[in-house]
Amino acid sequence: MNAEVLIDSIISGLLLGLVYGLAAIGLNLIWGVMKVINLSHGAFIALGMFSIWILYTSFGIFPYIGIIMILGLGLVLGIITYFGALHRVIDAPELSTLLATFSVSLIIIGFGTFIFKTNPKALDFSLGGIEAGSIVILGTKVATGVISIIFTVLLYAFLYKTRPGKAIRAVSMNRTAAELMGINSSLILALSFGIGIALAMVAGALIATIFPFTILSGGGYELKSFVICVLGGLGSPIGALVGGITLGLIESVVTLGIQTSFVPVLEFALLVAILVLKPSGLLGGK
Amino acid sequence: MKKILVVLLLLSVLLVGCAQQTVQPSATSTPTTQTTPSATSTPSTSAAEKILIGFSESKTGKFNAESKEQTNGFLLWMENVNAEGGIYVKDLGKKVKVSYTSYDDESSGERVQQIYAKLISEDKADFLISPYSSGLTASAAIIAEQYGKVMVATGAASDSIFNKGYQHVFQLYTPSSRYLTSAVDLLQTKFPDAKKVAIVYENSKFAKSVAQATKSYAEEKGLEVVLYEAYEPGTTDFTSFINKIQAANPDAIIGGGHFADGETFAKQIFEKKVKIKLLSLLVAPAVPEFAEIGDAALYVTGPSQWEPQAKYTKEAAQKMGVEFFGPTVEEFVKEYKAKYGYEPGYHAAGGYAAGLILQKAIEDAGTLDSEKVREALENMKVMTFFGYLEFEKGEYYGRQIGHDMVVIQWQESDGQLKKEVVWPETGASSQVIAYDEKY
Amino acid sequence: MKDSLKNLTDVSLLWLLAIIAVMAVIPPITNSITMREDIFLILQYIALAASLNIILGFTGYVSFGHIVYYGIGGYVAFALMYFYGIHLIPAMIAGGIVCAIIAYLLGEAVLRLRGAYFAIATIGINEAVKALVNNLEFLGGSAGLFFNFKIYQNYGGAGNAIWLAYYLMAILAIVVITSNYLIKKSKFGLGLMSIREDEDAAIVLGIDTKKYKSLAYMLSAFFPGMVGAIFFFKNGNIEPVNAFHLLKSIEMIFMVVLGGFGTVTGPFVGSLLYERIRGLLLVNPLFKDLHMAVAGIILLLLILFVPSGVIGYLRDKVAILRRYVE
Repeated sequence: MNAEVLIDSIISGLLLGLVYGLAAIGLNLIWGVMKVINLSHGAFIALGMFSIWILYTSFGIFPYIGIIMILGLGLVLGIITYFGALHRVIDAPELSTLLATFSVSLIIIGFGTFIFKTNPKALDFSLGGIEAGSIVILGTKVATGVISIIFTVLLYAFLYKTRPGKAIRAVSMNRTAAELMGINSSLILALSFGIGIALAMVAGALIATIFPFTILSGGGYELKSFVICVLGGLGSPIGALVGGITLGLIESVVTLGIQTSFVPVLEFALLVAILVLKPSGLLGGK
Repeated sequence: MKKILVVLLLLSVLLVGCAQQTVQPSATSTPTTQTTPSATSTPSTSAAEKILIGFSESKTGKFNAESKEQTNGFLLWMENVNAEGGIYVKDLGKKVKVSYTSYDDESSGERVQQIYAKLISEDKADFLISPYSSGLTASAAIIAEQYGKVMVATGAASDSIFNKGYQHVFQLYTPSSRYLTSAVDLLQTKFPDAKKVAIVYENSKFAKSVAQATKSYAEEKGLEVVLYEAYEPGTTDFTSFINKIQAANPDAIIGGGHFADGETFAKQIFEKKVKIKLLSLLVAPAVPEFAEIGDAALYVTGPSQWEPQAKYTKEAAQKMGVEFFGPTVEEFVKEYKAKYGYEPGYHAAGGYAAGLILQKAIEDAGTLDSEKVREALENMKVMTFFGYLEFEKGEYYGRQIGHDMVVIQWQESDGQLKKEVVWPETGASSQVIAYDEKY
Repeated sequence: MKDSLKNLTDVSLLWLLAIIAVMAVIPPITNSITMREDIFLILQYIALAASLNIILGFTGYVSFGHIVYYGIGGYVAFALMYFYGIHLIPAMIAGGIVCAIIAYLLGEAVLRLRGAYFAIATIGINEAVKALVNNLEFLGGSAGLFFNFKIYQNYGGAGNAIWLAYYLMAILAIVVITSNYLIKKSKFGLGLMSIREDEDAAIVLGIDTKKYKSLAYMLSAFFPGMVGAIFFFKNGNIEPVNAFHLLKSIEMIFMVVLGGFGTVTGPFVGSLLYERIRGLLLVNPLFKDLHMAVAGIILLLLILFVPSGVIGYLRDKVAILRRYVE
């Protein structure tokens, strides 16, 4: 193995990790605020992929502009989903919310399969690439990494600098107390779910700019998001980004040393081990 | 009192619901018969009014595209044969028309046995065609064998089904052990300088058995396998994988898995500008949609069970001293295009050939008796539009030993990407071009 | 023990067992192969759903990746039969026991987790085991293992072998339902349900929750292990994608919730209804292509409006049923 291969692997691992992280932030926000494991996460990621595909191929909208439209779409869909599927069972045992979100996923994938079949799709566009020796970094990947960082920063600004953002944090810390302070917790929960879904869809759209996808692709990213959230600590948005980068690096760098097919074994064993040994995540305190 | 009545009513509704469930089990699968076989018609009686062929298709789930093609091919055959009055059965002294029954297996093994048991015991199918894919076929084979029904396996390339003691399963496809060996031959003949090969494959049943066989074949032929590794099904990011390949510095990459991963792999190899002489992938390059990836598809090669440019002719049959049976390649392609509006791929050809080979066996046997038809298949040596077909009689009873793969390559003509057959040399429509010529 | 034996003659259990028994003898009496195949699947669903009910319904722990035990049991038994020619019955029991042991060991770790953490961990376990088996060359890796057809000769031919699998599945379904009933009626069951209602309170009350949970988890792993053994014996081949199919896990949960979470009759009714709904959706020309989406809508409506399932709902609404339907 030579240094160029290693550098290439590290860079692409980092860039990929950022998108993984963005996808997982949505999941983590929802978990942190609502204590709901969103099993429709993968379905919304897939929906994001197909949204950008439609915007690009049918309307010729440049993908990075399309992403802003998808952000809005995700927000609306998320809020609708909250009131349609989650509001009634938000205080029920976790089985109810797990199954409610799972049924949303079945509905999305069901209609998606009907409309798009399971054939793979891809966005056929390119931003060129940066070459140095055998190192090739694609422009789309760089753009994806940068946009992921921008979205994470924006999310933080929103959560810490704006009123609704502060309300979200208040509800996430103590819902009853927040309600006593006059915060309408239903609206805040709906908003958080909307933001979580919007981020999932944006992440899906970004992934679609670099990799091909099918309507079933979301499932794999959803499982990855679980691993990431657990790595970074369930409920912590910045943890998700760190978890994402960790996973990206595991996938690209560790693979150089072991059989690639063992990577999932490693990932999921890590998931279980961290849950059991340090449920607050690698970064979290005890 | 009223309350008790209500309760009893509710309970009985529930029970009836349960009972119905057991009485009408057919509700779980979708019959798509055109003509329902009459309950009295038993197979191989002299009064046979029609020949019923049963199979399961994957109308939903991951195999739906391939399975549909296969069924389309079969239906075209059935239409053709019925247009001529049916299959001539000597024992009956007349032509008998063909009908079929099929159910959706949802691309999952769970229901396959249920479906085949129903086809045999309830629908009284005379002959069977396999589901799509080796895994499903293996499950169906147990039922077929148990009832002594002949099953023609198409869309199932695995070798491992055939050394399991089945006496009634006959394979049409070139088995996976020979799937990519032609790519190795091609490499050695056309690029004699190439010595190092990377074999990378999807970690799934089919791709793995192909990769194993290819590896031993390549080593036998004196090539050095510098990388032999699997990637997970559903992989979309091959970056680290390609880095690994580049570190091993091979002259050729052989492997792949199914369509989606193969297409992605080819695209990313191109993006990373990997310099190799030959890139040969399973499944994906043979599928017309592979052209979607544009320049990345150029000069990629892949094995195919059959191509419309294939040269399986009456003259070729004569040369081999065997009979040519059924339509010519041109006739098949033309009729298929006329019926479905697009050019057939190998799944469709396999579906047609499955019916064709049954027809031939029934005509040879002169009866609908399963055992006699089985013997006819066992002794069959025939050239068809699908290629030369012959079945093994030894340890791997029923495995295909006649049929050969062709290797196709995506080349450019008039700015259009086009599939060309580049191997075997006798049937080639164009010369192979080194992969790195494209950069 | 005496008490629980007396329980066995309770009407609410007897009618249930009678229905299963009647259903199970229809195929041999009518000698209908088609029916045998259909009822085999239903019996399998009943056994799986009722097993899951022990940990999910009674104890309230959402084992989302429960199918892992079906796969492990299937692989253990299949390997014993494949490599050593061991008879199905001991192989099946071995499969069950291995599952119970693994459940004990894993349980030591993951049963400390509560709520959604536990659910995620079980998904992780299933995916990790699947990925691991994919890489185990002696088990055929991703290609899996195939029986030689001759293996069925030890059972008097494939026909008899399949019938044997069928009878075993019927017995197993009855055993699982009965043990559901016995658990629910026992002190052990009460302990489990107190964990479900409020685990901390249960600890305060002096219930050894750790032991109870562990036992419940082992039991609910033991039976799926045997179900897997029977299914893959009959199926003739086993591969990781089929053995550790996460969707099947979710089907199991769906059946339990549909019938009624934590009831004895629920998993049975849930399995029958599930199979029925599925059948109808697949046949109906309007829903055929949309059956997944429609199933999602049904599930959602169920969760939102009938969270206690069919049996739970009926028991709530019709007082007299409480005596006859557990």
